[in-house]
Amino acid sequence: MNKTTKPVNQKAWLLILPVLVCVAFSAILPLMTVVNYSVQDIISPERRVFVGTEWFAAIMRDEELHAALIRQLTFSLSVLVVEIPLGILLALSMPAQGWKASVVLVIVSLSLLIPWNVVGTIWQIFARSDIGLMGAALQGLGIEYSYTGNALHAWATVLLMDVWHWTPLVALLGYAGLRSIPDAYYQAASIDGASKLAVFWYVQLPKMRGVLMIAVLLRFMDSFMIYTEPFVLTGGGPGNATTFLSQFLTQKAVGQFDLGPAAAFSLIYFLIILLMCFILYNWMQRVGTQTKEGGHA
Amino acid sequence: MAKIELDLAHAYLPDPKKDSDYALLPLKMAFEDGGAYALLGPSGCGKTTMLNIMSGLLSPSQGSVRFDGHDVTNQTPQQRNIAQVFQFPVVYDTMTVAENLAFPLRNRKVPRDQITKRVGQIAEMLEMSDQLNQRAANLSADAKQKISLGRGLVRSDVSAVLFDEPLTVIDPHLKWQLRRKLKQIHHELKLTLIYVTHDQVEALTFADQVVVMTRGRVVQIGSAADLFERPRHTFVGHFIGSPGMNFLPATVVGSGIQVAGVSLAKPDGQVLPEGAIKLGVRPEYLVPVLAESAGALPMTVSQVQDVGTHVMLSATFGGLTIKARLPSDSAPMKVGDPVWLQVVGAHTCFYKDDEIVA
Repeated sequence: MNKTTKPVNQKAWLLILPVLVCVAFSAILPLMTVVNYSVQDIISPERRVFVGTEWFAAIMRDEELHAALIRQLTFSLSVLVVEIPLGILLALSMPAQGWKASVVLVIVSLSLLIPWNVVGTIWQIFARSDIGLMGAALQGLGIEYSYTGNALHAWATVLLMDVWHWTPLVALLGYAGLRSIPDAYYQAASIDGASKLAVFWYVQLPKMRGVLMIAVLLRFMDSFMIYTEPFVLTGGGPGNATTFLSQFLTQKAVGQFDLGPAAAFSLIYFLIILLMCFILYNWMQRVGTQTKEGGHA
Repeated sequence: MAKIELDLAHAYLPDPKKDSDYALLPLKMAFEDGGAYALLGPSGCGKTTMLNIMSGLLSPSQGSVRFDGHDVTNQTPQQRNIAQVFQFPVVYDTMTVAENLAFPLRNRKVPRDQITKRVGQIAEMLEMSDQLNQRAANLSADAKQKISLGRGLVRSDVSAVLFDEPLTVIDPHLKWQLRRKLKQIHHELKLTLIYVTHDQVEALTFADQVVVMTRGRVVQIGSAADLFERPRHTFVGHFIGSPGMNFLPATVVGSGIQVAGVSLAKPDGQVLPEGAIKLGVRPEYLVPVLAESAGALPMTVSQVQDVGTHVMLSATFGGLTIKARLPSDSAPMKVGDPVWLQVVGAHTCFYKDDEIVA
């Protein structure tokens, strides 16, 4: 026997068995039931027909789904474009220490503590054009505001609601990132004659990169799966203007009981999120760590 | 470049009353233009506070800072045109080495060709020319600290360059090299350099003038030789040297000095105050002498350590312990041997209330 090779003990597999069992019950088995539905046409509980990839083909050609997907992508991108810079700005303007910092932290995190459907309800009332503070105020200003009748208004209201609900998360993450920068960096930048903008660009932003990456991923995933708030606020309307992917899916699975197409779509939905996160993560890893060619100095 | 004058005191507490409330007790001193200074003292003695007051990161609670006679007390580091290097390396992660070095110049709108020239020159001095286009984030701690040093030295028109224990994170063997480099750079660039450290070897090799501090007070400013030969305060004697100076309590009575019950003759021409004093003598100047020599005490060897280059000897007499540093070729001794050591001689200093009197 060769003495340099490590001893092999197949019993070691037993050590990961508990994890495998847990993951099987929590993720793999439920997912498999979805896979099971996606390849069958369930006509009644007794009668089912194997249809292969037919549901996948059908769902890929579904015009309504394309519209919902585009709506969803636009929404998620808008969320990122608004919430990330706004969150950073908020984090930068929060006091660093003392009782003010504690008070501001509590106030900022308040909206994160409210349940989703309550958020929807709050905004439903807040934006009503007859009694809601915002809706009535806009009416008073002479703007024909109606989130139930006007698609653009509905969109803006859903986006505003999400910004109100989730920007604090970005701000808190950014704040944590900022607090972890040692004072010496600010002192050195001040001695190097850096402007406030240069300090932000060369010290604060690079040091916040890690937490901002988490913020972008979290906000992307969450907004891509958004359901409760627009469901409560607009119910997906007017028309289909604010019907995002998960609501579309629910309509299919629960409303029309099209289990096969719904299951097929669930899998595609899951793959889209996985793929987008993978792309975002890799892109953000590269930004700021790539080797600069030449250097201009 | 500028002459820096300090006339100030600083307390981090709002209403200082006792001496111990002050980080820096009231002091008045000047750093000459183009000098190489070291601020030396144990942790918490106020040396970093003094440095940050000079650079403008901290404003003194009382008094003023003057550069070339102009009051700069309320000016920022930028307005004072100060460069400072910190204990831990600070580099801008997204920039290359060259961009890091150029950053202080770019912020001051120096023309591009001058920046390129100066960055090349500094990189050459720090032996980083071949790393100029690497990203600073991926370098070792040593290299990062060299970049920090480089950013401190890159501006030729600075009032002064301040170093706050810059070699703490550096490998011992590189430390020597960098310290020599700094000394060489001081000669080439003629900048005023002020260097904070708690390491006496670092301070004594780097600086022309060493400022020794303890408990918020400057106790002596002088060259390495001054600090060694004539410590003005017992703290300096104790802090400088390895081991530090021996101090023996003594009493001056008429023309004699009483040490542990033995009366020794006062050196010729010395004027000493009557009463309790302390004798200070460096271990390096204690050599065994013939029995009954003038100024010598009959002692008993209590410990002998041969460390190769020299022999460390501890000897006791009447409850006093003193250390002597003997050449390695001196006559071998063992514990319990009697030895006569001359404690009052040409190199002996006399202290009253910790201040030198003769």
